[in-house]
Amino acid sequence: MTSEGRLHPDRLLQAIAAETQQPARGRLRIFLGACAGVGKTYAMLQAARQRQAQGIAVGIGIVETHGRDETRELTEDLPRLPLRHIPYQGHTLREFDLDGALAARPALVLVDELAHANAPGSRHARRWQDVDELLRAGIDVYTTLNIQQLESLNDVVGGITGIRVRETVPDRVFDNADDVVLVDIPPEDLLGRLRAGKVYLAAAAEYASSNFFREGNLVALRELALRRLADRVDVDLRSYRTRHAIDTVWPTHERLLVCVRAELSHERLIREGSRLAQRLQADWIVVHIDDPRDGRGPESREMLLRLVKLAESQGAEFANIPGEDVSQTLLDYARARNATRLVLGHGERRWQPPWRKRLADRITEAHPELGLVLIHTALTGARTHEPRMNVPAGSRAAALVLATLACGLTTAVAALLLRVFDLSNVVMLFLLTVVLVALRWGRAAGALAALLSVASFDFFFVPPVWSFHVSDTQYIFTFVLMLIVALVTGQLAARLRSEATTATAGERRATALARVARDLSAATRHGQIQTVFTEGIAPLFASRGVLLLPDADERIGEGQADFVDTSVAQWVYEHVQPAGLGTPTLGGASALYLPLRAPLRTRGVLALQPRGGALSDPDDRRLLDACCALIALALERVHFVDVAKDTLVRMEGEQLRNALLAAVSHDLKTPLTAISGLAETLETTTGLDAGERGELARAIRHQSEQLHRLVTNLLDLARMQSDGVHLDRQWHSLGEIVGSALGGMGSMGTMPGKHHLHTELAADLPLVELDARLFERVLVNLLDNAVKYTAPRATIWIRAAAMGETMHLWIEDDGPGLPADIHPQTLFEPFTRGVRESAIPGVGLGLALCRSIVAAHGGTIAATQRQPHGARFEIHLPLGTPPTIEDESAI
Amino acid sequence: MSKPRILVVEDEADIRRFVRMALEREGMLVFEAGDAMQGRIDAASRQPQLVIVDLGLPDGDGKTLIRELRGWSTAPVIVLSAREHEQEKVDAFEAGADDYLVKPFGVPELVARVRAMLRRASIVATGGAASVMVFGTIRVDLATYEVSRAGEAVHLTPIEFRLLAALIRGHGKVVTYRQLLLDVWGPGYADRPHYVRVYMANLRQKLEDDPTRPKHLITELQVGYRLAGIA
Repeated sequence: MTSEGRLHPDRLLQAIAAETQQPARGRLRIFLGACAGVGKTYAMLQAARQRQAQGIAVGIGIVETHGRDETRELTEDLPRLPLRHIPYQGHTLREFDLDGALAARPALVLVDELAHANAPGSRHARRWQDVDELLRAGIDVYTTLNIQQLESLNDVVGGITGIRVRETVPDRVFDNADDVVLVDIPPEDLLGRLRAGKVYLAAAAEYASSNFFREGNLVALRELALRRLADRVDVDLRSYRTRHAIDTVWPTHERLLVCVRAELSHERLIREGSRLAQRLQADWIVVHIDDPRDGRGPESREMLLRLVKLAESQGAEFANIPGEDVSQTLLDYARARNATRLVLGHGERRWQPPWRKRLADRITEAHPELGLVLIHTALTGARTHEPRMNVPAGSRAAALVLATLACGLTTAVAALLLRVFDLSNVVMLFLLTVVLVALRWGRAAGALAALLSVASFDFFFVPPVWSFHVSDTQYIFTFVLMLIVALVTGQLAARLRSEATTATAGERRATALARVARDLSAATRHGQIQTVFTEGIAPLFASRGVLLLPDADERIGEGQADFVDTSVAQWVYEHVQPAGLGTPTLGGASALYLPLRAPLRTRGVLALQPRGGALSDPDDRRLLDACCALIALALERVHFVDVAKDTLVRMEGEQLRNALLAAVSHDLKTPLTAISGLAETLETTTGLDAGERGELARAIRHQSEQLHRLVTNLLDLARMQSDGVHLDRQWHSLGEIVGSALGGMGSMGTMPGKHHLHTELAADLPLVELDARLFERVLVNLLDNAVKYTAPRATIWIRAAAMGETMHLWIEDDGPGLPADIHPQTLFEPFTRGVRESAIPGVGLGLALCRSIVAAHGGTIAATQRQPHGARFEIHLPLGTPPTIEDESAI
Repeated sequence: MSKPRILVVEDEADIRRFVRMALEREGMLVFEAGDAMQGRIDAASRQPQLVIVDLGLPDGDGKTLIRELRGWSTAPVIVLSAREHEQEKVDAFEAGADDYLVKPFGVPELVARVRAMLRRASIVATGGAASVMVFGTIRVDLATYEVSRAGEAVHLTPIEFRLLAALIRGHGKVVTYRQLLLDVWGPGYADRPHYVRVYMANLRQKLEDDPTRPKHLITELQVGYRLAGIA
């Protein structure tokens, strides 16, 4: 395959998927510099002018000239898009106007300073998000970036120069850019420019103090920029190879696992992991091992959330794995995901028993083939404080007070019991208290209870009583033993409790997800999915929620719920990105909006407004993501159920229509030909006598009547199939409908007096509930058949009788009977006729119509041979309960 | 007696033609109108004794024309229509139509209906019906409540008689279920058409030769009944 220069199908698919995903995405060109002052903006403007000279519509979104005349001159010929002016703390901020640019739609927009943070109240928190939206709208963008503004290099550059920047850009933005142009000048020249005052002054002032513009710094930054660009070029080359079937080396598939704790210093692990993954071309997963022994306080939860966001913004998958033994859990997960490398923090040690090995050593021993990358994490500041219990400080204090009270109570009870029991037995009571306290109020309370118990045992019960002095040294041993037993059992109990809590929470989520999946799989309509969400899912997150589904015009409708901001929902739907509460886009909204992304397309938007004001638990957010996926799938399934139903109906309709057209073209044209031919004869032939003229006229009339019957049947059948059957059911006497049918045929002249007709309808037949007009059609069709397929002078019987719950109606004749070559049931299929293409007109719709109508009444119709010869049609109708007729004397 | 004047309001010229030919053969004077506007003018200027109206006219619904006509004329109106839905018929009768023919219809049928309507109109015009009505072999004396068939007395219950009398008062015009229920049973029974059906079946048993192929008590399915064959 590859040796013949052909593409491996999977590779080709990947390339196609990558290209079709962004059908009209604009192209992003980044002008990258090692630091401020190298002339990025200048280079960008020059490139833009070239494009303009080629006749491309260029617009300046925002460009900072920093008062440099050469730069400003370059901007003068280029049209400027309007800026947004935002009042902020007394002065006005000028910001790039995203909506203005989208509305103006130049082919190319210049947006300086990609890493810029937007003023509060903007749609996006960061300018690179604005740029992303421009690109999605199919607009090309030129922008500028300094190397230290790359998220993953921030730490490195900070380490070199001592300055960390706040405004950063995720690496994937840089990596996904279509072109990166390095704007480079040698450090000496830059320093020269600086001295000549050509570097913008604010930056100069900011960096001057820290001696930023040292030659050593500049050389390092330049090297970083060049190296990063080289990495990128490598990636470009690989994607070029994918596209062009250059596949000499199959890359081994690397998967990187980055293990973090909920600590600020571990942000660095994620950044390093991102760079490593980039270089290795590896998938990467950030893992947090959720130790149930570490109760998570609000700060640590927040930190975890921050790590999740960082990891996701860098393009990693985040996994929160519950597990007590970090090394074992990590190894299991690494094996399950086929990880090839593991990134671990190697900072200060958490306190652990001295005999316990470090995590890295344990992992190396257990899984030597796993590549380990250790990164020092103690660089940045203090570890965040990790409260031990998942309880607020107030209730923690309360727990300690309660533990003290419990010890007091135990002492009192022990004093009473001492009258009966031995001192060594009473000690057990204190141990029991410690266990119970630890179980109920946690680790700290348990430890306190252990200390207090030992103290009060000594003070109140061990001679000399009322003193901490101990006369018998034996008791020292008792105290130590008691303290150790109390502490150990207490800690064990507390751990048991916290494990139970974690397990319960995990189980709650698992159960919830299972239930949601079950409910959603049963849903067959949008309304049911909506109900599952608002009543089953939203309450799980203590929130109000609603699903917003687009209408036929791809608009999210108004007024579905009072808390919904339709414009935000519409944005989310169109851009397939989360927005609103807790996200970097439109973070000021009161609700969280998530796109419902199904395999084929986005099916709608989920809006969730947490009652507490925020979703803080990263587990909740992931549970919500899982629910989103399930809902989107359910919506897609419902959509396809509808599509399948429509298609089936259309196919059946199509089939019927084709058969109909074929049959109708024959059976309509035959009488029409006869009519026009007969009429022409009448018109043109001279010398016809009155008898002959009458003959011709009668024939014309007879043909028109056949045509009429055919058209009526066609119309009735079409009506019954197009909008179902709407029955106008009333209580009728069968005799009256038979009479009406016979009368109708008589007036049309199709019931020639040549047939003998017998009706046997008892005067006391019960009323039947039916649609009289439709049922009359059944009778007319059956009688018409009887007349059509029998010789003149044949006899036709119409009989009816009520038997049990059923009304029986027979229409019989003594003609030749049913055709032998057709099964009696298939007679009722449309376009079936006894003798194909026979001289007897009618497309064979009559019996099909009869069956439809009778079935709509809940009855059956069957055809059998009559003995000794002839056809017998039998109709069964349910009798039901006829309405009572008041006796005449009562009226 | 002068020729009866008939106005035909129908947009299809061929239908107008054969209707005119059929009626002229019967010795009637026929005026033609192709739309509702022309029909209105002719109805006022020609003073027809009977109007035949197509419901689907190019410039308006025939029912509107009938309602206007009823404002100042008592001439019977026969409706022609391809619409065979029952509600359409009931609406036309309630607008003031006297009879209803579904297209396609036979010429003899049309002529018979026109004759019946003219006869009824002349009876109404000459100061109301006689107290004795005869149709076929049946003789009904409205004053003495006596009914006979082929010379033999027939016993009718009071409701059966009232039902028969209501149809006789219609003089061949279709009487809707609603009207019959109001006339015979009273307002409380207007939504129980099965009452009429049951009593009509009884009436047919007593008066018709073949109750399943009635000659006089004719069913207009899901609309009502009319009396045919009045002398």
